[in-house]
Amino acid sequence: MIPIIQKEVVEKRKWATSGEILDILAISESTPGPISVNAATYVGFKVAGFWGSFFATLGLVIPSFIIIYIISLFYKTFMSWSIVQAAFKGISVGVIILLFMAVLKLRKAVPNSLLSIVIFAAVLAGTLALNIFQIKIPFITLAIIALGLLIGVISTLLTRKEKE
Amino acid sequence: MIYFELFYTFFLIGLFTFGGGYAMIPMIQEQVVNKGWLQESQLTDFIAISESTPGPFAINISTFVGSQTGGVFGAICSTIGVVLPSFIIIILISLILARFLKNRFVKGALNGVKPVVVALIASTAIVLLIKILLYQGHPLFSQSLYFDRVSFTLLLVLSLFAFIYKRMFKKSLNPILLILLSAVLGIVLFY
Repeated sequence: MIPIIQKEVVEKRKWATSGEILDILAISESTPGPISVNAATYVGFKVAGFWGSFFATLGLVIPSFIIIYIISLFYKTFMSWSIVQAAFKGISVGVIILLFMAVLKLRKAVPNSLLSIVIFAAVLAGTLALNIFQIKIPFITLAIIALGLLIGVISTLLTRKEKE
Repeated sequence: MIYFELFYTFFLIGLFTFGGGYAMIPMIQEQVVNKGWLQESQLTDFIAISESTPGPFAINISTFVGSQTGGVFGAICSTIGVVLPSFIIIILISLILARFLKNRFVKGALNGVKPVVVALIASTAIVLLIKILLYQGHPLFSQSLYFDRVSFTLLLVLSLFAFIYKRMFKKSLNPILLILLSAVLGIVLFY
């Protein structure tokens, strides 16, 4: 998506400069929510305030919405065909590989520190154990994410104290 | 009410998504599968369809789950739900902007959440993999687990292909190409 944003927003419409695009992407990646939605809201707000964000986001969502909605109407019928079931049995294996590829890609953005490794290992071991022993705690995933944010803030607090 | 529940669930998922659409998958697995809106075996179908259609993955998967659970109005509720936290937060940030990103605590919090997100995705992938490879045989003898050799072979073949592709072309295999290839091999092996 980024090359398209660059072409449409910077070169054609001149809504932002290349430097600003980098800021926009940095903000979009470091705030909660899908990166594309963040970027659309931000560009929209910068160009035309609240309604700018509103229509930019709406514009981003509508094509996806229509395409997926149409697909979802046919999904159940489609999935009852045995050839499609066979294809999706293969696809389920492909998706696992996609997930592992995402892990390898996202790993590059993780800071190289002992704390990161400890957090990674603890979360992986913990969630796998919960799954294997079939322990279901509502909202545990959200809680783990919130805990990660909290640990990050606390470790920032502690490093400042050490320097002083 | 299903519509409010869809909105609220996807609002939470949107609020806790850090680092792109794939970060949503562990939360969808937890929230959506546990609520019975989706079977765990359907999760990979939904990921594949959302990945191989145009538009942002996050929007696609939210619309899809909403539509399967509550029709067109369900799709609208889940899509608005997943978009709204972003929308509110970005507007707030635009108003107070520049200093926000440079704040040490914001950076610190992000550094703390990054390894969490990677671990959660890895964990989901491992759990789904185990469920694909170890399937329950006959419903009457569901205690006994079978090892699915065909799926395992497919996993090895596809992994090797993705690895060689990356070595040869110095870039990651396109997700849509991988999905297409696995669909074709799925038909060859299982049909």
